[in-house]
Amino acid sequence: MSDDTRIGIDLVERAAEDNNVETPYVLELFVTGSTPRSIRAISNLKALCQEYLHGRYVLHVVDLYQQPELAKHNELVAAPTLIKRLPEPIRRVIGDMSDTAEVLAGLNIATA
Amino acid sequence: MGTPRLRSPLVTTTLNSPTRRPLSKARTGIAGFDDVTGGGLPQGRPTLVCGYAGCGKTLFAMEFLVRGATQFGETGVFVSFEESESDLVENVTSIGFDLTGLIEENLIRLDQITINRADMSEAGEYDLEAVFIRIGHAIDSIGARRIVLDTLETLFGGFTNEGILRSELQRLFRWLKDRGITAVITAERGGGSLTRQGLEEYVSDCVILLDHRVIDQVSTRRMRIVKYRGSLHGTNEYPFLIDVDGITVMPLSASCLDYGTSSERVSTGVKGLDAMMGGQGLYRGSSVLLSGTAGTGKTSLAAHFALASSAAEKCVYFAFQESPSQIIRNMRSIGLDLTPRLNSGRLEIVSARPSHYGLEMHLSTMLKKIDSFSPQSIVLDPLSSFVSAGSVSDAKAMVVRLVDTLKSRGITAYFTSVTLGGVALEATDMEISSLMDTWLFVKQDESNGERNRLLYVLKSRGMNHSNQVREFLITEEGIQLREVYRGPHGVLTGTARVALENRERAEAALHLEESLREKSLVEVRRKMIEAQIAALSAELLACEVESDRRGKSIEQSRAQDVEARESRARSRGYVLNGDQK
Repeated sequence: MSDDTRIGIDLVERAAEDNNVETPYVLELFVTGSTPRSIRAISNLKALCQEYLHGRYVLHVVDLYQQPELAKHNELVAAPTLIKRLPEPIRRVIGDMSDTAEVLAGLNIATA
Repeated sequence: MGTPRLRSPLVTTTLNSPTRRPLSKARTGIAGFDDVTGGGLPQGRPTLVCGYAGCGKTLFAMEFLVRGATQFGETGVFVSFEESESDLVENVTSIGFDLTGLIEENLIRLDQITINRADMSEAGEYDLEAVFIRIGHAIDSIGARRIVLDTLETLFGGFTNEGILRSELQRLFRWLKDRGITAVITAERGGGSLTRQGLEEYVSDCVILLDHRVIDQVSTRRMRIVKYRGSLHGTNEYPFLIDVDGITVMPLSASCLDYGTSSERVSTGVKGLDAMMGGQGLYRGSSVLLSGTAGTGKTSLAAHFALASSAAEKCVYFAFQESPSQIIRNMRSIGLDLTPRLNSGRLEIVSARPSHYGLEMHLSTMLKKIDSFSPQSIVLDPLSSFVSAGSVSDAKAMVVRLVDTLKSRGITAYFTSVTLGGVALEATDMEISSLMDTWLFVKQDESNGERNRLLYVLKSRGMNHSNQVREFLITEEGIQLREVYRGPHGVLTGTARVALENRERAEAALHLEESLREKSLVEVRRKMIEAQIAALSAELLACEVESDRRGKSIEQSRAQDVEARESRARSRGYVLNGDQK
């Protein structure tokens, strides 16, 4: 497991110096501690972003156990929950992100 | 009726186990509910409150929290899955709960959990840990002991994977139990089961069913404790109502007949009527039913009682047909002035339209009035109008509860009841008469083209009461009972009575005249006879005088004869007889 999947730290993967980016995807993933499901979600999502959004996304991973007030603030019900802040409209995907097609559909990412 | 007093064998076994500890209960503070459940909801366990939409689930739950925070020092969290926080605050403010204040004081916390399916998709495994975190955070932030999950089932609309949801709910209830939080979970009824999603499977400690029925356009709310594990509870359907003070659950009746009785007497306000009841009137704290057809003078009799009982004590007159001013005016026309009593504050007239609200509301309003005014007696005129606010059996149940309460407080109650003409008179009130200690009956007797009012005591427990049917008049000086008058064909009333009285009076006069005439005749004869006697005795006297005179002259002549003879003999020279000395 790489450093990237550590819990409790906001992982920010900056878009590379790619200039061909239209709109950067701003994603927030809320997980609950280092449960297998949380870890699975993070790695699944990272892999997906690498593949489909390479260089044009920002991902924050939030541990709700450490910031429980964010659960109410973001009106979360399920965990893990991925919120796509940008581009509009805001979308949510719940689950461990194992169903890649669903995640892509939920995020409105065209798989050309 | 009443709470079952026997423990079921199962419960007994559980309670006898070594670890037995009485189930501790969290008081709800909801009026009447803690009585019915023997102390409230199971402490530290979840309770399911279910019912159709609009039956008062949310209010029940909210009152549980608010009273917990204000009366029992237990803070609470309200998790709403339906209504927004501002809506909730607004709704309960209308029934007198200052939710905003409680939230500011950190006694109550609101959290709205909504799921918007439209902008959400599912990709793989998930759980509801976020809900747990939110609830846990809310609980910890104010140290809550109570929680409400208002319509948890809404969650089922938000997720496609029902299996996950069910296992998560199970986990949620276990989690709440482990934390020792007293929880109220509301759920909507659906189909034939208690809840749409079968939540009762998970929450099995205590299940309460609320119901809101409309029968004949009158709504009645009812509550039933379907299940209460490890505790005795009333199994009846208890009516409840929602008013400005929140929910009030009303036990159908006191479970036992154990109120004290008084042998003190109170007047009915009508002298003749008191006389009919052992000469002293009613027992204090007894219940009187006065039945009669329309226009027989029931209200007038009741007003007499109200006037008499407000002389030194306090009385409330509940009127369900007339307004206070109408009663005052009408009673003034028969010489009863209620105004001084009203002004002195010892008498109060409360008028309401029976159909205005349901029976429970009426009962509660009356009990509240009795609580605040604390009268020694009440008048309810007429009781029968409650039938129009509910069914006969509901009305009866209400009267049972009212009579129970009044008796337990020693309040003398005077009920009037309108019976329908044509129906067997006594049969109409059979339903409630058994509750009454005294049953008076007024009726109109129609004969000779007129109607006359009659009154009799049908029953009166514990006293030697008159068996007579008495005629009474409503005069300008109030109600007056007339003396019993029995003619040759039974009791006579009205003009028949007057006619007979007149005839008898005439006969008596005639009799007198005759006897007078006879008397004078005798006198005349006596005088005549006396005159005759006088004449005769005069005659007798005359006779006697004459005979005396005659006797004397005979004597004289005889003496002369003797003398002549003697002189002749002397002249002849011899003594005539031997007796001559």
